[in-house]
Amino acid sequence: MSKVAAAAALLPFAAAVRADSGWGLLNMTPGVTDISRKIYDLHMEVFWICVGIAVVVFGWMIWSLIAFRKSKGAVADTSLVHNTRVEIIWTALPVFILIAMAVPAARTLVDIEDTRNTELTIKVTGFQWGWNYDYLDDGVNYFSRLDRASDAARQLLSGIDPASVPNYLLNVDHPLIVPAGVKVRLLITGADVIHSWWVPAFGLKKDAIPGFINELWFRVDPDKTGLYRGQCVELCGRDHGFMPIVVDVRSKADFSAWLKATAAEQKQAAANAPAATPATG
Amino acid sequence: MAYAHAAGAHDDLAAHEEHRPHGWRRWVYATNHKDIGTMYLVFAGIMFFIGGFLAMLIRLELFKPGLQFFDPLFFNSLTTMHALIMIFGAIMPAWTGLANWQIPMQVGAPDMALPRLNNFSFWILPFAFTLLLATFFVPGGAPAGGWTMYPPLMLQGGAAFPMTIFAIHLMGASSILGSMNVIVTILNMRAPGMTLLRMPLFVWSWLITAYLLIAVMPVLAGAVTMLLTDHFFGTTFFTAAGGGDPVMFQHIFWFFGHPEVYILILPAFGIISEIIPTFSRKPIFGYEAMVYAIASIAFLSFIVWAHHMFTVGMPLAGQLFFMLTTMLIAIPTGVKVFNWCATMWKGSLTFEPPMLFAVSFLFLFTIGGLSGVMLAIVPADFQYQDTYFVVAHFHYVLVPGAIFGIIGGVYYWLPKWTGRMYDQTLGKWHFWLSAIFVNVLFFPQHFLGLAGMPRRIPDYAVQFTDWNMVSSIGGFGFGLSQLLFPYLIWKCIKHGTPIGNRAWEGAHGLEWELPSPPPFHSWETPPSEAVLAHAAVH
Repeated sequence: MSKVAAAAALLPFAAAVRADSGWGLLNMTPGVTDISRKIYDLHMEVFWICVGIAVVVFGWMIWSLIAFRKSKGAVADTSLVHNTRVEIIWTALPVFILIAMAVPAARTLVDIEDTRNTELTIKVTGFQWGWNYDYLDDGVNYFSRLDRASDAARQLLSGIDPASVPNYLLNVDHPLIVPAGVKVRLLITGADVIHSWWVPAFGLKKDAIPGFINELWFRVDPDKTGLYRGQCVELCGRDHGFMPIVVDVRSKADFSAWLKATAAEQKQAAANAPAATPATG
Repeated sequence: MAYAHAAGAHDDLAAHEEHRPHGWRRWVYATNHKDIGTMYLVFAGIMFFIGGFLAMLIRLELFKPGLQFFDPLFFNSLTTMHALIMIFGAIMPAWTGLANWQIPMQVGAPDMALPRLNNFSFWILPFAFTLLLATFFVPGGAPAGGWTMYPPLMLQGGAAFPMTIFAIHLMGASSILGSMNVIVTILNMRAPGMTLLRMPLFVWSWLITAYLLIAVMPVLAGAVTMLLTDHFFGTTFFTAAGGGDPVMFQHIFWFFGHPEVYILILPAFGIISEIIPTFSRKPIFGYEAMVYAIASIAFLSFIVWAHHMFTVGMPLAGQLFFMLTTMLIAIPTGVKVFNWCATMWKGSLTFEPPMLFAVSFLFLFTIGGLSGVMLAIVPADFQYQDTYFVVAHFHYVLVPGAIFGIIGGVYYWLPKWTGRMYDQTLGKWHFWLSAIFVNVLFFPQHFLGLAGMPRRIPDYAVQFTDWNMVSSIGGFGFGLSQLLFPYLIWKCIKHGTPIGNRAWEGAHGLEWELPSPPPFHSWETPPSEAVLAHAAVH
């Protein structure tokens, strides 16, 4: 019970539980991985630097707008047209500010691109309009589409109140199931057009491009099991807005048990299928 | 020699004026820079209202979750057409219209250098946009793959697909011809004594913009032509199965696309650099730095394109390169903002409508610039990419940036064009309504993007409802406020009070040395050195 409560509290879209809480959704989620927190910190650092710059520049502008009004008797100093020293300062100063942002950004980027030592590989294929998840080493493969309740409510003039559907447009029939505390590698590709796989709580998105395989990895904190939601973020046709992503993060033991059972189940199903149907690898 | 001839032939020209075409021929056969400028501006205005109407339909569907009005495919057509119409139909022709009106007057020339080319480059546009708008009525509907036209999705288009591509070819041809005319006019038609570094900054910004256009419009034409042959002639430029690469399209497209965004904004920099000194009663601060800043931005615009596509899976070195070059743009842009601030510093400021739009440009464009710096940070961009945060960013630079620049420019020069002063109170109403609603419209979209709402979706999860409603209300308010603008212009033409040469106390520049409205052939004799000195902008 406490586990469910903890998972609910950690959901990036937990606010959806209360219909009136959209006003508070103002910022990026810190997420549930080491990388997502680094990205969040970087985002906040750059944000506060920008706020600082805005305060200085806007302060200067507002000061000028108030102090140098003709209606208050201001007389223009027409000799003030050039000042090499201040011009050099305000060309050079931004360079240092930019370096202060670029260094931590480059460090985080190097961490993101470090795809060594992954423990589990899942191939993700975007298609119009849903996702296919293929556990390459374990013979488990299934499709993931918008759940039926959302699909019914999202039809033009359906008459169904979206607020009455739990996790409207952010729920699927079969979520991607992954273990917590494990470096999971996704190999992402597209079957027809370009899609893009994104779960905000993991900090990253990557395009699913037909004919190419992109790589993305994440390691969810061991104690952050639960459901995490995202969406396709590359325009992919009519139902682009209706191909959500749900990741069900389970403990290592729960995940292993699920994987074993599902692999056996899929093997059995393949064996029972008519001979003409090739077994899925 | 040419000028001496023109001076001697003054009476002939006056007589010739009587023989110029009247009625519909005046417009269809137009070779006069002012008539063509007017047509460009009217055309841009019509497109602005069509594109704005589509935007309001988008905000209508997004007012609350669930689909109330449109099929998702039609929604995608709305976003695609809104972008194509606003970029190629509203902003770019508006800049060309302002260039046509102002450049000959500002450099001391009688007209544009290539008047028949000028006529042709305008008259291509109505055909291009008739073709584009007609796609709403063909099987499969208007293009729905986004204005970025990424394959393979774009290749799924129906009858609209080839029509869109031909329309883009026509728009590109029009832009290239218009740019050639601007460059030839600026480099060859300047009055004696009007050296390059004496030119007003609006002329400078357009000279550099014109080179950008000539450099990149053929790149766009090439990209869309490859799409066309992929679809109809069996090539596989962008199809992996045939040895092509869908990402290559994105590289080519954004090699056009990033200079394109500066094509949309640089002339606004020029306009703001005209307006702020006038209403500060003080010459522009750091004139030469302003010129070099525009040139630096133009150069950098060619080496930052892949920052639009950080999520396609680039090598680490590529991501770092494009992050650093993108961040560099902040430096010349910062120089421009600081110089505008320094121009107001110790000035004598008044707040007529052009100045109000220019000041709000300073504030709101800076917000767009700062969110641009945030977007350059690659790891953070992995979160921002393709969300409403990006939508908020580029609308802040395009609406209170480019559009406010255009509106400010029209308010600045309208008395010159018509010879009459408009209703300034109404202009101030237009300003305050626009400035308030544009923030109600776009500021909440930062929140939506950070909270995880993707762009280009017709329906959304319920937690995004509140800020979408606010944004939609801002959108309706902003759209309706713009109706004041054509009314004000009509009222100015009909009932404005006549004014003298210099509409604004602090205005400098050759256009203010001419009568209002200016003669048909602006400078039939080149301005003397005394006039040039009197009109000096810095």
